[in-house]
Amino acid sequence: MKMLVCIKQVPDMESRFRVNSEGVWFEEQDLAFRMNEYDEFAVEQAIRVKEQLGGAADITVLSIGPDRVVEAIKKGLAMGGDRGVQIKDDHPYQKDPWQVASVIAAFARDKNFDLVFTGLQSQDRGSAQVGVILAELLGYACVTTLVGFELNGEVVTARRELEAGIRGIVRFKLPAVVTCQLGLNIPRYPTLPNIMKARQKELLVFPITGFLSDESLTTTERMYPPEKKGRAFVLEGDINETADKLVAILKEKTTVLR
Amino acid sequence: MKALLVCEYQQGKLLESTYELLAFADRLGAEKVMLLIGSEADLPNFDGKVYLADAGKVGEYNPDLHKRLVLDTVQKEHPDYIVFVHSSFGWDLAPRLAVALKAAQISEIVGVKDGKFEVPSCNAKMRRLLAPKTALAVLTIQAGAFNYQAQAHATPQLERVDLAVSTPRVEFLGYEAADKKAVDLAKAEVIISAGRGIGKKENVETIAALARALGGELGATRPVVDAGWVEHTRQVGSSGQIVAPKLYVACGISGAIQHIAGMKKSDFIVAINKDKDAPIGEVANVLVVADVMQFVPALTARLKK
Repeated sequence: MKMLVCIKQVPDMESRFRVNSEGVWFEEQDLAFRMNEYDEFAVEQAIRVKEQLGGAADITVLSIGPDRVVEAIKKGLAMGGDRGVQIKDDHPYQKDPWQVASVIAAFARDKNFDLVFTGLQSQDRGSAQVGVILAELLGYACVTTLVGFELNGEVVTARRELEAGIRGIVRFKLPAVVTCQLGLNIPRYPTLPNIMKARQKELLVFPITGFLSDESLTTTERMYPPEKKGRAFVLEGDINETADKLVAILKEKTTVLR
Repeated sequence: MKALLVCEYQQGKLLESTYELLAFADRLGAEKVMLLIGSEADLPNFDGKVYLADAGKVGEYNPDLHKRLVLDTVQKEHPDYIVFVHSSFGWDLAPRLAVALKAAQISEIVGVKDGKFEVPSCNAKMRRLLAPKTALAVLTIQAGAFNYQAQAHATPQLERVDLAVSTPRVEFLGYEAADKKAVDLAKAEVIISAGRGIGKKENVETIAALARALGGELGATRPVVDAGWVEHTRQVGSSGQIVAPKLYVACGISGAIQHIAGMKKSDFIVAINKDKDAPIGEVANVLVVADVMQFVPALTARLKK
């Protein structure tokens, strides 16, 4: 069983974002980066498949980006991936989902992966496109929004999260691309010995130029903070005074305090 | 300019979100044509052309079959835009069309500016303005971003379409119903919800105490439920319960889009968060900038007096 896990490194979403000098993305300096949360579910699920098969499987963890992404790849290896692949690109934010997916497809095309795992979406862009486009380019079956995954031989039975708590149950044959949603599993923490072991694992680095052949299909005009609707009345300062003020507001504006 | 709007339909019912597509097309000023893979028994209130494929034959959502039906309709109508709601249906199907048509896709649109599309980014803390480079573009719109007026009764002109059903790669087996709602939050007048910002499971009791002091119910966000801090029957958001109480207090909730979709219609919203820029501030009436675990006990103490 050959598996590919596609991960992205994203900034901590608690960060304060400033627009960069090009005006189309955020300034990356001073931000703390980590593995995209949805991609952690993808890595975990691949490892569970490998465990289910008694180890008879091989997991490649791939990320596109500058050298900082190696940290996210190493986390994937410390969790249980076998080999890392960095497709080196110093300006990943300039690529649109179409280009990102076609770069991964160009890498994966001749490698005959049986299963490709990725997150439902990235936390910074959230287009939810890359996994599906990749599957279509590879001619693989594709199931998105996975919250359940059960492999039997060459057949997967999966649960998709739909809206309002409803789930759809589907069945498909490998090869396939699946995109993982919160609730699929609880990703393991890498243990210290596994973090040490990950340092010895193979890490292949390729320049993106070898895989990128398409122009983007979209242009980013600009990035900006949302216009403040000015709805929220802000209370700050001393806790007790603030609490008094809030109680007064609730008495005036709502009917729930009698 | 013409927009092909792909209706949402599930288990015999046209989903209400379909009307948001009409509101979006009006916002664009586009001519509207709809495609419904559904049933004649539940048609949209729309006085234009609707292509209808029988879900009784095609079945519930299936990526390969639904893709074919949309492509067939595109050939007949030559739209400039194919529009979906950004849902488990829309985000699954839209990129497949983008590939088949080599068209640009723009996901989760929340606004239109000079013919360009505004989308959220970085957990809704930022926006990006995007434009397609291709003549035909596939778009998904954020659920709830384009409000529609109640539709007057209207009868569409139907054009039936059919499909030679081939064996799809992904086989749909059935639905699993939502878990029984032990707690019907929709009936609560006051909901006090806990988000990841409360820090740990032991702190849930502090939030629950505030809920009791206000005679309300405890709610929670998806991450808090997934972490096992609060039972999932209390989850508020697009994958949990949609609520509209008289008072909603968001404790340590940054305001993920999915959560906001579940509570933004509340009459009065108070957010308690240490981050003044958290997106929850966009829907809150009052934003208390404070450490939630210090502020909530102080508030509860006053309410008990």
